[in-house]
This record gives sequence, C-alpha cells and structure tokens, in this order.
Amino acid sequence: MAELTGKYLVGVYDDDDTVLHAVPKLRKSGVKIEEVYSPFPIHGLDEALGHPRTRIGIAAFMFGVTGCCCALTLMIWTMGIDWPMIIGGKDPISIPNYIPITFELTVLFTAFGMVTTFFISNGMGPASHFHPRFDFRSTDNKFVMAINMGSNAMSEDEISRALRDSGAEEVNIKQF
Amino acid sequence: MHVTSPVREPLIQGGKTYADVTEDICRHVEGAPTKEWKIAFGISLLVLGYGSYCLAWTWWEGLGVWGLNKTVGWAWDITNFVWWVGIGHAGTLISAILLLFRQKWRTSINRAAEAMTIFAVLAAASFILMHMGRPWMAYWALPLPNAFGSLWVNFNSPLVWDVFAISTYFSVSLVFWYIGLIPDLATIRDRATSKVSKLMYGLFAMGWDGSAKTWARYEYVSLILAGLSTPLVLSVHTIVSMDFATSVIPGWHTTIFPPYFVAGAIFSGFAMVQNLMLITRVVYRLEDYITLEHIETMNKVITLTGSVVGVAYITEFFIAWYSGVEYEYYAFFNRMTGPYWWAYWAMMTCNVISPQLFWSRKLRRSITFTFFISVIVNIGMWFERFVIIVTSLHRDYLPSSWAMFSPTRYDIGDYIFSFGLFFTLFLLFSKYLPVINMAEVKAVIRSTSADLPKKIAGVAKARHDVNKMGQPVPNYNKEQE
Repeated sequence: MAELTGKYLVGVYDDDDTVLHAVPKLRKSGVKIEEVYSPFPIHGLDEALGHPRTRIGIAAFMFGVTGCCCALTLMIWTMGIDWPMIIGGKDPISIPNYIPITFELTVLFTAFGMVTTFFISNGMGPASHFHPRFDFRSTDNKFVMAINMGSNAMSEDEISRALRDSGAEEVNIKQF
Repeated sequence: MHVTSPVREPLIQGGKTYADVTEDICRHVEGAPTKEWKIAFGISLLVLGYGSYCLAWTWWEGLGVWGLNKTVGWAWDITNFVWWVGIGHAGTLISAILLLFRQKWRTSINRAAEAMTIFAVLAAASFILMHMGRPWMAYWALPLPNAFGSLWVNFNSPLVWDVFAISTYFSVSLVFWYIGLIPDLATIRDRATSKVSKLMYGLFAMGWDGSAKTWARYEYVSLILAGLSTPLVLSVHTIVSMDFATSVIPGWHTTIFPPYFVAGAIFSGFAMVQNLMLITRVVYRLEDYITLEHIETMNKVITLTGSVVGVAYITEFFIAWYSGVEYEYYAFFNRMTGPYWWAYWAMMTCNVISPQLFWSRKLRRSITFTFFISVIVNIGMWFERFVIIVTSLHRDYLPSSWAMFSPTRYDIGDYIFSFGLFFTLFLLFSKYLPVINMAEVKAVIRSTSADLPKKIAGVAKARHDVNKMGQPVPNYNKEQE
C-alpha cells in the first residue's frame, strides 16, 4: 500500500470482466493506471496492470530451509552432542527418527515466515486501518480503478472520458 | 453465453449478485443476536460451566478421580483426544486439499469447517493437558534448557513428535483461517455503522484494500499454505497413530495405522461438518449457498472414507489371524467377543454399515437422514478409539492383572467440558464472523450460479478474450455481449 498523495481520478465499475477488459484498453490509449481494487481476486488483472510477478514464493522457500536446518540442528545437537543417549539400541544421531519434527518445523517456519512477509510487503498491519481509501464499496460489489493525476500527462477530461468509454459507471475525483 | 455442464448442478442457487452475497452473509454478523442464538449460547455456557467444574476438580484432586487403573492407563482421555483431533482434520482438508484439486464447492463450507477444525483441535489439546495430571508441568514436553542437568526431551518418541505436530497443525490452521478471513473482515469493516465494530473489524482486517497487487500475493500465499497444509493434515493423524503403532501392545502394533487413522479422521470430520452446516444453513438462511449438492458431495466423501475405514478393520482382523501371533489374535478375538463386544459391534455398525446407505441417491440427498447418519458416524468413531485403546489394554499378558474400565462422573464431566468449549467457541464464531467466505463465493459465482443475474450475465466466456499479456484479442467486441 503506497502512500496516497495528490489528486486521483477514481473509476468505479460494476463488473469484473468490464474492468479486466478496460485495463489493457486504457493502457493502450496512454493512461497510467495506479491500481485496481476489487472485492475478490480477478485472474489476469495483475498481469494486465503490468505488476511484476510476486516473489513471495522465494521468501517462503528460504523460511522453509531455515526451519528445516533449525530442526535438524536442534535434534542432532541435543540428542547426539550435548547429552548423547542410546534409545532403543539406535545411534544417538538417528536421522530417520528426526524426520517428523523436521517436517513439522519446516512447515511452521514457512507458514509464519511467508505470512509475515505477506503483511510487510503489503504494508498491512493493525495501524493500516487508518489509511485513506478510494472507495469503500470496493470490498462489496464495485471494482475501483485509481489513476494518479500526478503521473499522467493526459488531461482530466480526456482520462475521465476514456474511463467512461471503457465501461466505468462513475468517475470521481479524490484529493489526498 | 453461459454454459453449465449438465452433469453438475450450480453451486450457488437463487441468482445472487455480488451485492446479494455480501448482504446475505453479513446479515447475521451485523444484526443483534437472535433469540435462538442466545438460547443455544446459554446452554453451551452452562455445559461449559459444568465441564469446567469437573475439570477443576480433576486438576485439584488428581487423576485418581478418573476410572483408570493399573491395567487401563489410558481410556476416555486419549479416546476423546483422538476423536477431537480426527474431527479437526476436515477443515484443513476442505480448505487445502480441495483447493489444490480445484474443487469449487469447497468455497461455501471452508470457512466454517476451518473454524470447526481450530475449535476441535483446542478441545483435543485440552485432553492432552488433562491427561498429564499436572498441567502446570506441560512445558516439560518442550525442548527447553532446564535445571535438571541438560537432559532433553526424547526426539525418538512419537509422543514428542505429537507435541510438534499438534501445535504446528493448530497454529498453521489458525493462520490459514485468518488469512482467508481478512478480505471478509474488510467487507464488514467497510459496511459497519457503529464506531466500535468499525474499529474492531478494522484492526483485524489489517487495512486490507483489495488491490490487484495484494490479491495476487494473497492467492499465491493461499496456494502455498494449501500445499503446506496438505501433507501437514496427513502427518498429524499419522503421528497420532504412531503413538499407538510404535508401542508393542497387541492391537496397537500395526503398520496399517497411519492410513487407517487418516481415513477415519476425514470420515468423522466430514460428519461433524455436516452436523454443523445442516444447522447453520437453516438458522442463517443460507440454503442458497450450502445446497443439496454440497451435502451430497460431502456424503460421497463420507462413504468413500467410511469404506476405507471398513476395509482397514477387516484387514486388521485378517492379519491378526494370518500373522499367527497368538497375542495379536487374542487381542482382536477379545475385541469382538470379549466383555467389550458391545463397543466393537457399535463401532462396526456405525462406521462400516451406516455410510454404505449413502449409495442411495435419495438418502444421500435427504437432510434428515444425512444429519442422523452424521451423528451415528461420530458415535461410531468415538467407539473406534475406545475399542482400540481400552480393549487392547484391559487384558494384557498377565491374566491376574486383567481389569475392566468404567468411567466416573469426572471422566464424563471432562468430556462434557470439551463439548461446552467447542460449541461456545463455534457459536461465538458464527455470530461475530461471516460463516461463508464471501470473497471466494463471489469469485466462483459467475461460473457456477444457477440463474445468472442480468448484470453479470453473458460474460463468462470473455475471460478467454484476454491473452497472457493482458492485451485484448483483436476481435473482442463489448457490444456482442
């Protein structure tokens, strides 16, 4: 969630397919779209907007590797080095017995690490509740397109017309 | 043109628009608690109160208040624990495995099923604490540096694996559930009229705005969480079964246990989901979202897993005879014809015969019958654990120490506690949180709705008119719609 400053044109659509088709059309005619807000995920919208593919998977993998290493280190050190014990006639360091806990901790680290990364990369947190929003209906049934006037060369009228042509049912101005 | 394959019925009935979905599902969250809810909540608080009294006495006085003896050292405590953990498998199965399989029908039931999972695991965990006798020593199960020399927990023991498995399962399920709730909490936040609910839902919604970037990350996170939770679900009951299978008690020492326990867990979990959903859909008038189709699909899963469980029982029995181990053979013969024969046959009737009745389409689609069978299945699955635990223990190698187990009022009272806890939490959830995932239902409504509303009709095919780069395919024409 970027900091919102300046003047925005806000196009409100009432259908997900309309907005999905409006995005490439508007971008082709030279309008720079900052973001589209929707009540549910629209497949292909982030690609259409030109957002780069999320790298959260890489983070998840790194957390998983960390969890796996931590679990193995903990068990090998406690069972084999700090206080070696022979249990059931097995070697103090018996890796097959450590697999269940290694798996569980890998999952635990991945899940929590990934979700924390998710919140941080979206700038989400309890305090974000107080951030300004474009249109509160975007979590109900409206699809809201935000265009930052500061980064667009076209005039307000031109963009407004383009938005209406692409199917927007309302075009509002929002000043932050 | 919208085309629905004729073999599948639409998932959402009643021609709902996006706004209808929000309205229908937020209604009970925003309204004052109904009379029925207050009565149900009052009853479950009373049950919880009585259970808490029994639990307090158990902890104050010690485990001697239970009916355990030197021969039967595990009975209702571990039976209840395994039963609740098993029930707690359905939620994550529905949300994770069915997500990977792209089963869209899960969207109407996954929220409530996941909530059920979390509460069931809490109920199960309460028995772990109870059976320790001294719950304030529970931290001894964790690998902490301690004052007794640096003696660590035994990582070769399935009981320690269980500590890790259950706590990981609980926390990952909670995270998965919460991530799924955030967009819906944001919906409620944006509709809220009172300052308090705006703030409360707002803080938990974490400033969710539903931008395309956030949704893309959200979907990716959901997918990976589903991929992680799938083996996790299977691992949890596998490890629970190893608590028994790695011991050398005849009747427990069986390699068939992991798959058999996992199938049983899904079986009982789906039965509990059925029970809760059949009530929820009527009370909150969600019949358009949780349709007969959903009920029938879940009944099919019950039949499948019930059959797996049935095959496991028979295999276990056959192997007990075929192995030629007389103790193993006796353990199973004793289950069937010994003093606990009634528990064994209750288990066989409830778990093996009753789900087979769902081969009839008419019975599968009957709400009363489904509810009845779901209760029966849960009773049967409780008896399964009772049979495995008590009948394997009560006659050990030394006939002079053979004994019977009979529960005291505290065994029963502590079981009642878990029901009080479970239903109190579930009722709180069903009042203050949306019982159906609105965002996911909205995402599938277009392709699966029965009578498409005018506003969003006729555009289902248009998805394919945008190529990978987000450019419209040249012959696309808005007016054609």
